[in-house]
Amino acid sequence: MSDKRLTEEEVVAELHSGMTIGIGGWGSRRKPMSLIRAIARSGLRDLTLVSYGGPDVGVLCATGQVKRVVYAFVSLDTIALDPHFRSARQAGAVEDEPWDEGLFLLGLQAAAWRVPFLPSRVGLGSDLLRLNPRLATVRSPFGDGEELVAAPALELDAALCHLDRADSRGNACFLGPDLYFDDLFLRAAGRRYISTEKVVPTAGLLEEAGTEQRLRIHRGLVDGVVERPGGAHFTDCRPDYERDEAFQKDYGAAASSAEAWAGFRAEWIDRTEDEYQARVAAR
Amino acid sequence: MTVSRAEVCVTAIAECFRGDGEILANPIGTIPMIGGRLARASFEPDLLMTDGEACLISDHAAFAWPEGRVIEAYNPYRAMFDLVWSGRRHVIMGASQIDRFGNQNFAAIGSDYSRPKAQLLGFRGAPGNSVNDATSYWVPNHSPRVFVESVDVVTGVGWDRAAAAGPAATRYMDLRRVVTNLAVLDWETPGHHMRLRSLHPGVSAKEVQDATGFELVIPDQVAASRLPTDEELDLIRRVIDPTALREREVPA
Repeated sequence: MSDKRLTEEEVVAELHSGMTIGIGGWGSRRKPMSLIRAIARSGLRDLTLVSYGGPDVGVLCATGQVKRVVYAFVSLDTIALDPHFRSARQAGAVEDEPWDEGLFLLGLQAAAWRVPFLPSRVGLGSDLLRLNPRLATVRSPFGDGEELVAAPALELDAALCHLDRADSRGNACFLGPDLYFDDLFLRAAGRRYISTEKVVPTAGLLEEAGTEQRLRIHRGLVDGVVERPGGAHFTDCRPDYERDEAFQKDYGAAASSAEAWAGFRAEWIDRTEDEYQARVAAR
Repeated sequence: MTVSRAEVCVTAIAECFRGDGEILANPIGTIPMIGGRLARASFEPDLLMTDGEACLISDHAAFAWPEGRVIEAYNPYRAMFDLVWSGRRHVIMGASQIDRFGNQNFAAIGSDYSRPKAQLLGFRGAPGNSVNDATSYWVPNHSPRVFVESVDVVTGVGWDRAAAAGPAATRYMDLRRVVTNLAVLDWETPGHHMRLRSLHPGVSAKEVQDATGFELVIPDQVAASRLPTDEELDLIRRVIDPTALREREVPA
């Protein structure tokens, strides 16, 4: 039986510049932030991020490691738009590949099912077809002959997700309101990594989850497990912890100038994750 | 009782859902949330509504559930797309720009999309919503900056763009209304040109036209947006929005 436990640094060592990386969670909710911080401290660059975006996208835009963003939104929930992403876009610093948030699900599903595309009405008539060069239309082969949008497979080199509980082999569960699309990110990716609040014995997973219906990630979908209490901080990770709104506000304000970002970065990113967690606890 | 402009807007939003029956009413924004709740608490009791997260709930309060939510069903994001694409939903979205045919933009402002003057929300779910669901819009600040001759990016699809895209785009298209702080507008004209449907009390047709960056269809007789009944006012003030968040979005 393989123990898949890794540190954040060991996960990052398996990633490469230029990779397409899918990130689970939704907006500022259950994002694998300790892994994002580890990437931010690394020399990885020219990344393509595929995400229901939140501060995962914002942080890596602020550090200049992103080449392209594949997204339908980059929101902090209580702050409608991540200001670091906004700055990067308005400076023309990142390539922008827009998606509709539902079409995005079809792209991940197509990759997971190993088909080149899935059809949808979504995008017809909108500027998605003008601004996203990967989208195309396809004619139904049946009698209706409808011309639909083909959502291309969003194939990922790697996926990063944060789950509430896991065992050392990669079985994992979510405890909050929504799995979001974490399972699809893992299914669409070549290399799959999760961080988790707590590693428990396999025999203890069901009790942690409360019902087998929350045991939605099995070990066949996971190559590496990082145990990191607080790993989703400062995003929402209920019931373990709520979003740290005060911290998120400071993060947002750090987009106001290069100096403000340098200060935030020195204080919260250019440190070990252990130091980060200790400093958060002392706030 | 004196009725505020915000309360007229709430009532106009509620009216958007009249006749919708047992589908998801999905109003996004402060006054839309209150208006949707008002519709369900009064004349559209079968509407489904979310808690803004992963559950359908039956509570009338719009923003807080001091008594605890009454959960009707689990409705995570994945199930939301099932509702959206099956058309069993009426969404009310915001709009940073909207044109006479109902093309909406909330993705980015500026002529160069690769380097926009202002990055906004992104496409979110607007392309899918607008060709699959009944769709209305809420604009709390009716102005020529919002009501424009031509939008910079088409996120939500208008009638002309859908027609150009073909029958697969128009098949389930159902653009309904725009509610603003000044008036209610719709597309019930032969060419789907935006029309002034009703004026909020104290607002003139000229005021609305002056605040609109294109020529509206203005009928000879324009109705007045209706006032809430005493019973509806009581629901708004005491049950749905007791902390009066509505008055912050559209100040008196």
